[in-house]
Amino acid sequence: MSTATVEKETTGAPDGGSAASHKISVTFRLRRFNPEVSAEVTWQDFRIDIDPKERVLDALHQIKWEEDGTLTFRRSCAHGICGSDAMRINGRNRLACKTLIKDLNPAKPITVEPIKGLTVLKDLVVDMEPFFQAYRDVMPFLITSGNEPTRERRQSAADRERFDDTTKCILCAACTSSCPVFWNDGQYFGPAAIVNAHRFIFDSRDEGGEQRLEILNEKEGVWRCRTTFNCSEACPRGIEVTKAIQEVKRAIITRRF
Amino acid sequence: MSTETTPANSGTAGERPIGPDNPAPVIEPPRTRTGRSPRSTRTNFELHGWLFMRLSGILLVFLVLGHLLIQLVLDGGVSKVSFAFVAGRWASPFWQVWDLLMLWLAMLHGANGLRTIINDYAQRDNTRFWLKMLLYTATVFTILLGTLVIFTFDPNIR
Repeated sequence: MSTATVEKETTGAPDGGSAASHKISVTFRLRRFNPEVSAEVTWQDFRIDIDPKERVLDALHQIKWEEDGTLTFRRSCAHGICGSDAMRINGRNRLACKTLIKDLNPAKPITVEPIKGLTVLKDLVVDMEPFFQAYRDVMPFLITSGNEPTRERRQSAADRERFDDTTKCILCAACTSSCPVFWNDGQYFGPAAIVNAHRFIFDSRDEGGEQRLEILNEKEGVWRCRTTFNCSEACPRGIEVTKAIQEVKRAIITRRF
Repeated sequence: MSTETTPANSGTAGERPIGPDNPAPVIEPPRTRTGRSPRSTRTNFELHGWLFMRLSGILLVFLVLGHLLIQLVLDGGVSKVSFAFVAGRWASPFWQVWDLLMLWLAMLHGANGLRTIINDYAQRDNTRFWLKMLLYTATVFTILLGTLVIFTFDPNIR
């Protein structure tokens, strides 16, 4: 560890000029809200010098650490797996840790907002509780009957492939908070909950599929989906969310008729 | 290095100054989900509504396009449509059934579509309820009136 630091220091000095040259000046327009200061929402501009190959999360870090320590946002792993830093960047839901600045047209101000449809607590932090409530409501766990097998529950590769796409969900809420039905009516389960129900409904080892389909057949279930494909477009994991929702709809219909 | 700060939204400040002890209300979205939210219905109504929209839509494509073709294009176009033309068509049970089917399917299809739009966009419970009541009243009235006309149409009316 110490060698890395020393190396960095020695190489950093001669490269100081060139290191600064590949940086560009980018304006970040952040939506600020601090209930302890003001009831008003404001847009604040920060102009920083940053390497365009860095990510939006790095820019937020630089702003928080060097410009304004009161900036509040969530992030944990910073490598696109924990799902903490979903935010609305240039009007689209993305993970700040997977969005490179060079992909965003840095010539214009880059807007960063909290995801929509959830209570804004401070700056970019929203209350995720309604989102997780919908997740819990679809029972996202293995339901079986009978005796527990002494060894693992076996499954063929084809059976595993059936729900492979929906196992990729990291619960970042990018899909649910991009859904126009969810924006207007938070009672809707939302794409993420349906994706996680899909993961168990189409699992050959699971026996609670009928229960989950019954839950998603509710008034606020899959029938509220308008197939606008916002969720599929927003998903940072590339899950075909709308397709999963349609598959759940088809499963409900084929089980009823 | 903040260059500018522009207010995007104006809230109402209370009498006491806003501070850590008296925080402003957080920005809440309409109708949040809570632990009590689900388990509202256990019927297949939405399922049947969804299926009805698809099936009636397919049927309406043929019914409405056929209707438009007969009324506006074939046989001299719209200028031929008169009381006598309508009376002649409704003398046949085939056209009575066609028009009745078109009336019922189009009204229910449209009403169900508007119902979902109201459900999606009306935020307050009261607004949603009264908009839907208005919609249902108008739908029932139009369907009943149309059905009455089709079945009690008298070509010899004076």
